[in-house]
Amino acid sequence: MILAVASGKGGTGKTTVALNLARAWGKPVQLLDCDVEEPNVHLFLDLAGTEREIVSIPVPEVDESLCDGCGECGKFCQYHAIVSFGTTPLIFAEMCHGCGGCALVCPRKAIREVKRRIGAVETARAGDIALVQGRLDVGSAMAPPLIREVKARLRPGLPAILDAPPGTSCPVVATLRGADFAALVTEPTPFGLHDLELAVETVREIGLPFGVVINRSGSGDDRVRDYCAGQNIPVLLEIPDDRRIAEAYSRGKLIVEALPEYLGIFRTLAEKLLSGAAAVPSAFSPLFSP
Amino acid sequence: MKVVFTTSGDNLDAPLDSRFGRAPKFLVYDLDAGTFETVDNRQNLNAAQGAGIQSAETVARLGAKALVTGHCGPNAFRVLTAAGIKVFTAEKATVAEALKKYRAGELTEAGSADVEGHWV
Repeated sequence: MILAVASGKGGTGKTTVALNLARAWGKPVQLLDCDVEEPNVHLFLDLAGTEREIVSIPVPEVDESLCDGCGECGKFCQYHAIVSFGTTPLIFAEMCHGCGGCALVCPRKAIREVKRRIGAVETARAGDIALVQGRLDVGSAMAPPLIREVKARLRPGLPAILDAPPGTSCPVVATLRGADFAALVTEPTPFGLHDLELAVETVREIGLPFGVVINRSGSGDDRVRDYCAGQNIPVLLEIPDDRRIAEAYSRGKLIVEALPEYLGIFRTLAEKLLSGAAAVPSAFSPLFSP
Repeated sequence: MKVVFTTSGDNLDAPLDSRFGRAPKFLVYDLDAGTFETVDNRQNLNAAQGAGIQSAETVARLGAKALVTGHCGPNAFRVLTAAGIKVFTAEKATVAEALKKYRAGELTEAGSADVEGHWV
């Protein structure tokens, strides 16, 4: 079972939910930090055995002695990473998505691919949690290829939790693809609802079953709850607006460790979402209401 | 010879747009004929990235030899230079005023990009 924890809005508590589910599960689990632009899961874990692999993507290099300036490469590239006007093409490696199309369409085989480093994938362990995280290099904008490298380290047969980046753009889609279920974390505010609606559109487009986690429940209004009810979206969990949770977070502690009274609700949800047999929860009522 | 001006309007009295890559339109002025046409650049207004590069490609394909705009980023400048297009930056209110300055040779040619990528 692969569970993706996503949200439209940033700062709603994706990492908090992903980490606490992983810890509450209490059995071997993979935790993938797919927010490669600013991975933060590692801050909350006592990690051991960290290993690091550099990730590169192929970018074009032109042999000027072979190029006749036909411009086919530039016409092919959707990202303007290679540009030609009847001359040897200009290459903008930072724009290149590494698809290799320019080399394929070049009639004179003047283009070969060279590696360009975009970041690293790190693996480490913290008890039952096997962490995999991507770390995009500063100045690199190519998150999706690195996210795919993080996910390539998924081990079949072992449940996995993916901590997605915020938003609804390419990095989020790269994270959600291939997941079995998405937990969309939001907060009961107008911003939370607005961005939740975008996230719902995204997961529906991908065809992924999903439910909602309302964080800081009680701090705003009922609009998110009403929206979920109107759309028949299951509310998986409501985490109350409890100052002690924020205090624990600020010290890098997990909710289920600092406040054991929450362990049960996270464990129940982890069992529902991560047990392969449970398939997909259709519509269950909130496990916790403040 | 053709000169391209960045703008949001359709005529010479329209404002000169300070953006290059994400300018809504290009006004292409033919210095020999004294005529002009406008070309839509809206596809790049909403581009996630590569707007400067593609805008520079558009200007090159229009056959222009000079560009007058507010600011020009590094990628766009590289393409424009490779295409042999001179870049002039101006802080004029309208295309007509910028054109007048261009004709009088009062605009300075930019020797490099004057802003970082994604400055707006």
